[in-house]
Amino acid sequence: MAATTLPTYTKKDFQSDQEVRWCPGCGDYAILSAVQSVFPELGVPKEKFVVVSGIGCSSRFPYYMNTFGFHTIHGRAPAIATGIKIARPELEVWVATGDGDGLSIGGNHTIHLLRRNVGVKVLLFNNRIYGLTKGQYSPTSEVGKKAKSTPYGSLDRPFNPLSLALGAEATFVARSVDVFQPHLKAVLKKAAAHQGSAFVEILQNCNIFNDGAWDALTEKDVREEHTVALEHGKPLVFGKARDKGVRLHGLALEVVRLGDGVSEADLLVHDERHPDPAYAFLLSRLDQTPGFPTPIGVLRAVDAPRYEVQVAEQIRTVTEKKSKGDLAHLLQAGDTWRVR
Amino acid sequence: MATTAAEVPSRRRETLESAVIRFAGDSGDGMQITGSQFTNTTALYGNDLATFPDFPAEIRAPAGTLPGVSGFQVHFGAADVYTAGDAVDALVAMNPAALRVNLADLKANGILIVNADDFKETDLKKAGLAKSPLEDHSLDAYRVFAVGLTRLTRNALAELGLDAKSMDRCKNFFALGMCYWLYNRSMDPTLRWLQEKFRAKPLLAEANERAMKAGYAYCEATEAFQVTYDIPPARLQPGLYRNLSGNTALALGFIAASQRSGLPLFQGSYPITPASDILHELSTHKEFGVVTFQAEDEIAAITAAIGAAYAGSLAITTTSGPGMALKTEAIGLATMVELPIVVVDIQRGGPSTGLPTKTEQADLLQALFGRNSESPVPVLAPSSPGDCFWIALEASRIAVKYMVPVIVLSDGYLANGAEPWRIPDLAELPEMKVRFRTDPAGFRPYEREPHTLARPWAVPGTPGLEHRIGGLEKQDLTGNVSYDPLNHERMVQLRAAKVEAVSAEVPDAVPAGDPEGELVVVGWGSTYGAITAALRAQRGRGRRIGHVHLRHLNPLPRNLGAVLKRYRRVLVPELNAGQLLWLLRARYLVDAVPYTKVQGKPFKQAELESRIDEMLGGGR
Repeated sequence: MAATTLPTYTKKDFQSDQEVRWCPGCGDYAILSAVQSVFPELGVPKEKFVVVSGIGCSSRFPYYMNTFGFHTIHGRAPAIATGIKIARPELEVWVATGDGDGLSIGGNHTIHLLRRNVGVKVLLFNNRIYGLTKGQYSPTSEVGKKAKSTPYGSLDRPFNPLSLALGAEATFVARSVDVFQPHLKAVLKKAAAHQGSAFVEILQNCNIFNDGAWDALTEKDVREEHTVALEHGKPLVFGKARDKGVRLHGLALEVVRLGDGVSEADLLVHDERHPDPAYAFLLSRLDQTPGFPTPIGVLRAVDAPRYEVQVAEQIRTVTEKKSKGDLAHLLQAGDTWRVR
Repeated sequence: MATTAAEVPSRRRETLESAVIRFAGDSGDGMQITGSQFTNTTALYGNDLATFPDFPAEIRAPAGTLPGVSGFQVHFGAADVYTAGDAVDALVAMNPAALRVNLADLKANGILIVNADDFKETDLKKAGLAKSPLEDHSLDAYRVFAVGLTRLTRNALAELGLDAKSMDRCKNFFALGMCYWLYNRSMDPTLRWLQEKFRAKPLLAEANERAMKAGYAYCEATEAFQVTYDIPPARLQPGLYRNLSGNTALALGFIAASQRSGLPLFQGSYPITPASDILHELSTHKEFGVVTFQAEDEIAAITAAIGAAYAGSLAITTTSGPGMALKTEAIGLATMVELPIVVVDIQRGGPSTGLPTKTEQADLLQALFGRNSESPVPVLAPSSPGDCFWIALEASRIAVKYMVPVIVLSDGYLANGAEPWRIPDLAELPEMKVRFRTDPAGFRPYEREPHTLARPWAVPGTPGLEHRIGGLEKQDLTGNVSYDPLNHERMVQLRAAKVEAVSAEVPDAVPAGDPEGELVVVGWGSTYGAITAALRAQRGRGRRIGHVHLRHLNPLPRNLGAVLKRYRRVLVPELNAGQLLWLLRARYLVDAVPYTKVQGKPFKQAELESRIDEMLGGGR
């Protein structure tokens, strides 16, 4: 479709007529608003968007988007999205999922979608809790989480969603935060522009069951101390006074204070196109060290063959080689005999 | 070799109506290939036939042991052949273990060809035998041909420069050559096959060819067989034929459905015995635009198919019992969002992993009821390997016409068994008209066609049709989420009415045999052949028996209840613990009685006949 025929969309065009039913104050509102703001700017006809979800609070997302939408079953959105994208590669397929849906019951589908590099964008809303089932700990909850099902504290180690995605060699991996609206929109646009699977972890607050889970990152007075915004080609500098940085030391990252002989030239310069996922993996582990900042932005964005394109190409190649299938010929293939 | 052709006394040629031959050996002995070759040659000759490949789940159980025995049985005849045969006329046993496992099925005075070279003390020990049955007169009831297959094959291949192991791999073709001679068959089809199969390895083609010809010549040159047999071609319906297994037939049927409907075929599947061959077959036909998606698990296989159906493909998923269990929730989703998919279950012994390579019919109630809440779906079952082709078309047609998931219940016996199949003209294939919704004016996602109650198929990418579907209960017409109690009840009824609407197209049950009388036998699926053969024999003895074989298990033929009441007794033979029986009794309040077998094996004709004798009195 020629770009000139595309209507000029506004945010309103992507709002459905359904009443939004998340709890007042839920971080999901901010994510919905960001997506509805970004979609009109992508130059894609509205009917080409398909939003697919699983089960959970975040998975109500498609009902509120005035696009094609499919609210599926728990954990399976990546697999359904894969089927859609293979069948119609021209569609823009987005998955809305959560830490329970996408990493627990649906963890297998998430990693396999990323492994195949299917051109689907996965937005993983991470609130570190099960909201819709009223407050059990999730696979991203911190160890010792006291929740409905763990009155004495949870025992299992959490997933780091970015590390997991990178372990599957996802070609686009990013993180943003519900309340960082300009940052979130910028990340969503980059995800949309990426050819191949895009995995975006969105840190999201559940103000009912896990309020303040991300306060240490989001409160105005600390956010610049506790996050480091990644920008391709720029050194990793953070802090309100932009006086701290991240430096590579052997196989580890360390936080250093600028000055006293340490300059920006000593810092790690972010390369989101680094071919080895080990680099982005290292970044994804940065805040595992207490006191180190949490990276936000695009950790990795590399080109790789897209699964759905290869599927179509294989069919084309075989068809060229064998010529288009003929049913009568197929049925009569092999040894036949005639009975008179 | 003791004799020359000149010394051979004139041999008799006997003409038979039918014969059953079984090749048995180690799972590494190539028995499946040997059996397939004999079958193909026999089919080309024009016999009707049925096959029963029977192999262990282990790829290579320890060589020479009882669990490692693999068998291939073929029943071929000059008249209609309905089963793979109850008992065996000729048994080829490549080692003592194969002999021990299979001897019980050999008829008295049957032909027994054994590889005499594999009856050494160690071979006997592996088979749990203290002494050689070739020496203790335990085989006196049979016509035993103890032939040094290994030694003779090595002699025949001596000049080729192959190592001993490679030469020994050809001994099955020596045995095949003997069988071709015994049944007066041409070696040409197998020679052609060898040239094709080993095109890149001409030495192996040569070796197998030499082994087979040596086996044939051995019979000619020795006095081994006093009699050879002719089984004249069968009088089949005129037409062009090929030999076809159930799984291949399903694959071809789905391609035909794709071509007929104009919808691209999408198969989501996860490898599982005995269904994987459908995936293998379809993956070779990309020139028909077929997408074969080998998913990460059974759930992804079906949910990817649902995604493809949503996007406008003819979507199928193929599996066996354990995979069906995993797909349950997704079938419920397809029921709720009313999207067309076909779910193929190649039933095997269960529960759990059960008997992966053995046949069973015990997933019927799972197919009918194995989902949470009220979620009826159409269920179909093919009755023969060739019928799998037609069932694939019928299931696809119903799915897209009514916008429902449809379940097909095949089984291990149909999947691997083969029969001559009359190749249809394309004009014989059913029409499959599919219309996507394109008009945005007045579009409501859950508005229904008046007769089929199908909702519109509105695929993403269609301007103006943006809408949301999902697993939450739908408001009638709009498809919006609704928790309204009366709406829920109405939707439950609508989904059931839609499946029931299919019954308008289900052909009435027309009993084979007597239209009324002493007994009606009601079967479904792969038992068709055995029941047909048993009833022919029983009716030949003057009994008034009818046979209803159900291809549609949901909805059932509308006249079924009335038909059952035309007989004094109702017998339901099944390869399960009595599942259709349960259904018929509940549905029609008839005092139907069971005949069940859950041994991982198909019915024998004799088993069914003795059950009928028991019911109607008077044995033979």
